[in-house]
Amino acid sequence: MFSVASELVRYMSARKKWWLFPIIVVLLTIGGLLVLAKGSAVAPFIYTVF
Amino acid sequence: MRILGISAFYHDSAAALIIDGRPVAAAQEERFTRIKHDPRFPENAIAYCLQEAGVTLDDIDHIAFFEKPLLKFERLLETYLATAPHGFNSFRMAMPLWIKDKLFQKPGLVRDLKRFSPSGKGIEEKLLFAEHHESHAASAYYASPFDEAVVLTMDGVGEWATSSVAIGRGNALETVKEIHWPHSLGLLYSAFTYYTGFRVNSGEYKVMGLAPYGTPRFASIIRDNLIDIRPDGSFWLDQRYFDYATGLTMTTEAFHRLFGGKPRDPDQPLTQRDMDLAASVQAVTEDVMLKITRDLHRTHGIDNLCLAGGVALNCVANGKVLRDGAFKNVYVQPAAGDAGGALGAAFAAHARHTSTPRAEVLPNELDLMSGAYLGPAFGQDEIEGRLIKSGARFTVHGDDDLYARTIDCLDRGDAVGWFQGRMEFGPRALGNRSILGDPRKPDMQKTLNLKIKFRESFRPFAPSVLAEDVADYFEIDVASPYMLMVADVKRNRRRHLSTEEKLLFGINQLNVPRSDIPAVTHVDHSARVQTVHAETNARYHALISRFKERTGCGVLVNTSFNVRGEPIVGSPEDAFRCFMGTGMETLAIGNCLLSKANQNPDLVSDYSAQFAPD
Repeated sequence: MFSVASELVRYMSARKKWWLFPIIVVLLTIGGLLVLAKGSAVAPFIYTVF
Repeated sequence: MRILGISAFYHDSAAALIIDGRPVAAAQEERFTRIKHDPRFPENAIAYCLQEAGVTLDDIDHIAFFEKPLLKFERLLETYLATAPHGFNSFRMAMPLWIKDKLFQKPGLVRDLKRFSPSGKGIEEKLLFAEHHESHAASAYYASPFDEAVVLTMDGVGEWATSSVAIGRGNALETVKEIHWPHSLGLLYSAFTYYTGFRVNSGEYKVMGLAPYGTPRFASIIRDNLIDIRPDGSFWLDQRYFDYATGLTMTTEAFHRLFGGKPRDPDQPLTQRDMDLAASVQAVTEDVMLKITRDLHRTHGIDNLCLAGGVALNCVANGKVLRDGAFKNVYVQPAAGDAGGALGAAFAAHARHTSTPRAEVLPNELDLMSGAYLGPAFGQDEIEGRLIKSGARFTVHGDDDLYARTIDCLDRGDAVGWFQGRMEFGPRALGNRSILGDPRKPDMQKTLNLKIKFRESFRPFAPSVLAEDVADYFEIDVASPYMLMVADVKRNRRRHLSTEEKLLFGINQLNVPRSDIPAVTHVDHSARVQTVHAETNARYHALISRFKERTGCGVLVNTSFNVRGEPIVGSPEDAFRCFMGTGMETLAIGNCLLSKANQNPDLVSDYSAQFAPD
């Protein structure tokens, strides 16, 4: 977890996208809640774009 | 210097190993797991690559992953932010996947790779990441025979880029231009793949094959509404018509209203309208590619073009770019899709992180790809052992006898499985994992499609032609070793059609023989040509040469050794299973020859329903 957090910080620094920091925190929080609420997710996308 | 390239976690996982800038092994994971487009960590493909070179991961200098996950994550977040609240459905599906799994790709890769390293150390330090389109560009440029080239990559989407232009000079490859998400030529094509009832990411070939049956009557609607194409070929897609950026599907209600109906249900029969839609999106795609390539040549004044990315598998468009003549030489990476990203990432790491120059293409080589024969091979003893274990009944023949007997079978109209040497890397079977037929037989296309491949009857088959004879059969005089160029059958080989035959429309055109090699002549007289070179595939070249000596025809029908929805066979056992589950009459594996009539009837299986339609 720590290594991923530090990767995210290094990425924001490299891309000069510090403005993404609060958004990442908020979206990850919402996403985390979705994980807790749903258990596992299997995406029924016609085309997964990620 | 040994570099392992990996592509994974999206579709078509693969691994590739280059030594001193030269590919020595490459394979897609699906060939081992038997799951089409398998996206999982390519453990079997990596194990094979290391085994082929006789090394462990400890002997590898760098490990290169084909894309940058955090940039992809950035694109996702910015897309959701820009389109909120519309993308919530997609967000709700995507975020759990990222939070539980994809954000941890780097530690996950390190963990998965440890099993290949006896010491278990130093993996994180060796791990490098290339951008998705950089990997595509490197896969084409560094494998090509060019010292200087414009490199055009186009696909659905990577991190942000959906298309890129790079200039390769010597050891350097520099990106000069990109088109960014959500404006994507690949996704425009995929939207029509979905709308015409085919599966996105695999049905694009079918749309391309269907296009010649239709007329491009919707092309102007596409140009007027969906896509704004600029004179330099750059484009902008009107997102009101597309759902892929924020939804769970490809097209919106506005798209359906524009084209007058819902997407075709895959179970519904194809109509002339579907064929016209296919022809229309194909025409627009070709238009964009021609505009881009003409502008690139004008701008950069370089005569060599390299192509990669999923759109570069559109061999009809590639053929038009070649014939257009803006570029004198056009090279397409045989594994142009995401599997080839493994090779490209390794090439990119070699260029950026080593002081060794790129490997040179030798005088007897077309490129560095060794004919794309970079996968596993099986020795004669191993083949016999595996066949005996599978319960196969076979005879063993010397090379000359094997060729003669195989030609007997082809000449009488058999579909012949031909399993020889190293497996191909990339989506095409190029004569080592192929089903072969006699192209002179008018009913061969229908037989192969319906009895052997269990797939739609409209789909065309490709010709394998001796490289030295290509200009005798097709309107092309350059090498096309990877079946990635479409050319017309020579005029003098075409059959004169009666008035009634000329008036046939749509799918009814299928049963009309159009040349003296009807099984590989599409309804518009085009063919997806594979030139066969003695330097890269001596056995296949010898077989076609003998077929020509016997029949006067230097062409064979070549289709991949699999059925609809199945990955191409990888091992002798896969080949035997496919042989016993289909209407194939003869199978040649190494020097073993199998006849269906001699096999144990208890081993015959119903193969058609084992794989989900693609």
